[in-house]
Amino acid sequence: MSDPQMTRSAAIPATLPPGLARAVAPLPLAPLQPLLALMLHRIGRLYPDLYGRLGEHADKRFGIDPTDLPFALLLEPSLRQPRLCAVRALPARLDASIRGPLVGLVGMAEGTLDGDALFFSRILWVEGDVAAALALRNAIDDARIDFGAVMLGPLGQRLGQVLRRKLQGRSAAVGAETWS
Amino acid sequence: MQLTLGPVLYHWSPERWRDFYYRVADEAQVDAVVVGEAVCSKRAPFKQDSIPAVVERLEAAGKRVLHSSLILISLPRERRQTRELMQSDEAEVEINDLTCLAGLASRPFAVGPFVNVYNEAAAGFLAERGATRICLPPELPLPAVAAISAAVPQLATEVFAFGKVPLAMSARCYHARAHKLTKDNCRFVCEKDPDGMPVKTLDGAGFLSVNGVQILSDSCVSLLSDIPALRRASVASLRLSPQGCDMVAVARLFRDVVGGRIEPEEAERLQGEIYPDVPFSNGFLHGMAGHVHAGAGGGSLGALR
Amino acid sequence: MELICPAGTPASLEAAVEAGADAVYCGFRDETNARNFPGLNFSREELRKGVAFAHRRGVKVLVAINTFARAGAFGLWQEAIDDAVMAGADALILADLATLDYAHRRHPGQRLHVSVQAGAANPDAIRFYAETFGAQRVVLPRVLNVMEIASMVRETSCETEVFVFGGLCVMEEGRCSLSSYATGQSPNMNGVCSPASHVAYAERNGHIVSTLGGFTINSFGKDEPAGYPTLCKGRFATPRGSGYIFEEPVSLDAALMLPALRDAGVTAFKIEGRQRGRAYIAGVVSSFRKILAAIDEGRSPPAVSLAAMAEGQASTVGAYRKGWR
Repeated sequence: MSDPQMTRSAAIPATLPPGLARAVAPLPLAPLQPLLALMLHRIGRLYPDLYGRLGEHADKRFGIDPTDLPFALLLEPSLRQPRLCAVRALPARLDASIRGPLVGLVGMAEGTLDGDALFFSRILWVEGDVAAALALRNAIDDARIDFGAVMLGPLGQRLGQVLRRKLQGRSAAVGAETWS
Repeated sequence: MQLTLGPVLYHWSPERWRDFYYRVADEAQVDAVVVGEAVCSKRAPFKQDSIPAVVERLEAAGKRVLHSSLILISLPRERRQTRELMQSDEAEVEINDLTCLAGLASRPFAVGPFVNVYNEAAAGFLAERGATRICLPPELPLPAVAAISAAVPQLATEVFAFGKVPLAMSARCYHARAHKLTKDNCRFVCEKDPDGMPVKTLDGAGFLSVNGVQILSDSCVSLLSDIPALRRASVASLRLSPQGCDMVAVARLFRDVVGGRIEPEEAERLQGEIYPDVPFSNGFLHGMAGHVHAGAGGGSLGALR
Repeated sequence: MELICPAGTPASLEAAVEAGADAVYCGFRDETNARNFPGLNFSREELRKGVAFAHRRGVKVLVAINTFARAGAFGLWQEAIDDAVMAGADALILADLATLDYAHRRHPGQRLHVSVQAGAANPDAIRFYAETFGAQRVVLPRVLNVMEIASMVRETSCETEVFVFGGLCVMEEGRCSLSSYATGQSPNMNGVCSPASHVAYAERNGHIVSTLGGFTINSFGKDEPAGYPTLCKGRFATPRGSGYIFEEPVSLDAALMLPALRDAGVTAFKIEGRQRGRAYIAGVVSSFRKILAAIDEGRSPPAVSLAAMAEGQASTVGAYRKGWR
């Protein structure tokens, strides 16, 4: 029952070099935690509209699992007590989790990659409360978060631009450049 | 509360179709009967020759006859059929697409369940243009039915009360597709499934059924236990949609519950004997997923039991 | 030829404007619009700002209020219409007799488009909407082929708009209750189809199994491209065999048919995808802009591949090609 006029394309997942994951694996997560907490605090301050879009889903627990890194992130956007921390393994009781290579997750968060396209190509996967995951994705997509600026101010903004160009080069097959 | 027998949605052989209506005329205690082809314009010629005799016999038996329009009208042939139907003098028409309003002379008409009437304003709009009765879309919950009945009392409201529930229409024929045929050269394979072709999930749960270009549910809607609530909502008529079971017996069952001669629970038990091995559902009316069978104490999973 | 582009968020609206849209369509964050998805759509304030932004760039904003009003709650739809007009919407996209009638009477000067959800599939139906409500454009249902579209355009004075890219409804739009049969939530009443809140994914024997309202919709092998968990694009079993009995997980891509659709007299080309991210909007809109520019100048359109954006990573020209049926 196939449609003869259908065309198909394959996408090759872009992942970090395995050597990098091995190199960072033994590092402790503790120094990362204050950085993540600061980042979430700044995002909440710079992009307050995020919470309007998240609505009821702001109080949910999200797991964000970069499959090519030796740790994952636990996110509770909650307006009253927001929390973002790195964990070796995600806890079982989560509302939703999003899994995929770091490049895909960052690209989606920055709006350079389309989440649905990553999902169709099986690069990205969602488990649990799909509506919560979608609300988070859509809220972040609308916020246009500049992670470089969030972390490091104007210097980070420039650094981010350089890094983005490099990442996009790596992820062309995901769809970022196929139309240009 | 009246009973209306909806049009046969499936492609039955001309003889089966004709004999079905003859028996309905002679034996079924229904007030109105809708005839004609609603689903696929290619099937219409098979019925054409029998329609006058069927209509005559139904009317002689004291039944009000309505002529169904097509649901999806896109080809020139379908537009022509629709125009002819709308312009014929003697027939009372049940419109299933708003296309019919473009060619409607100013005279009363009925509205079938395929026209999107979800609120009192849409119902009022149609009533102003001559609609006298309206079978509401099957997915409407009871509060909406009640609100429409109350706001447009001049309109006789009807609900889809028995039968596999029509869920979707397509330009594509899924019977032809399943038989690896094109729609234009379909060889009328839909006739092989007079009660629809079952569609199950990959793990074997009954889900849908295919009727050519139309998708229906696998479960059979039955609002027997909801009749008291429907009466409170001022519903004027119940629609029974023909399935491959004894529809005369189904009509008798509904008539008996409406008349208070048997309890809905007993009627539901008997219904299982008349149409065996088919799950019954009423979720839509209860504002739930359509496949759910909601009892007095709330919902239970219908098809997913 | 106008290019009509989707926006689920203000950021997407800006992305669409910057990528070359002639008009952007969007809706309010409630059940009045047929893309009532979590985290999407516009507040009243966001729409006002969005319209102002678009108008500064010479781009139109069309507001979709294209669900069917809930009985007893028509006020919500009336307010949406009034507020969209107040915000400066260039047109309202409506489907319900009730909303069309209200908008036509209450805002006689307002431009009205008949939504694809109204399922106006022939010139008589279009004439009904044009004559009764003064509708100036109709979005055609995805059940017609190019020849049929051409003959429809010849017979009507109403402008026509067709979908050229994105999600593909296999069933006639506006008359499909498959979603509500499985979940209780329908496109017509709730503005959702196969809602995320009723979707679950699970791993079973190395396959990813998607379910909707408890019904198994599909099972994808390890590296098989995935699609939305919509009922009409799931795998099911029939006595005639198992598989994609309605349609495969594919998107519409009619880029190659743009010249034929233009010759058929179509006024506007529409891209589906208010639920997609900015990256999709920017990518798809800019490539269609380039193709249209090339066609306008009589050049051969540039070859672009948007397959990575497509559901199941596959595309079809759907009903535009006659054999699809």
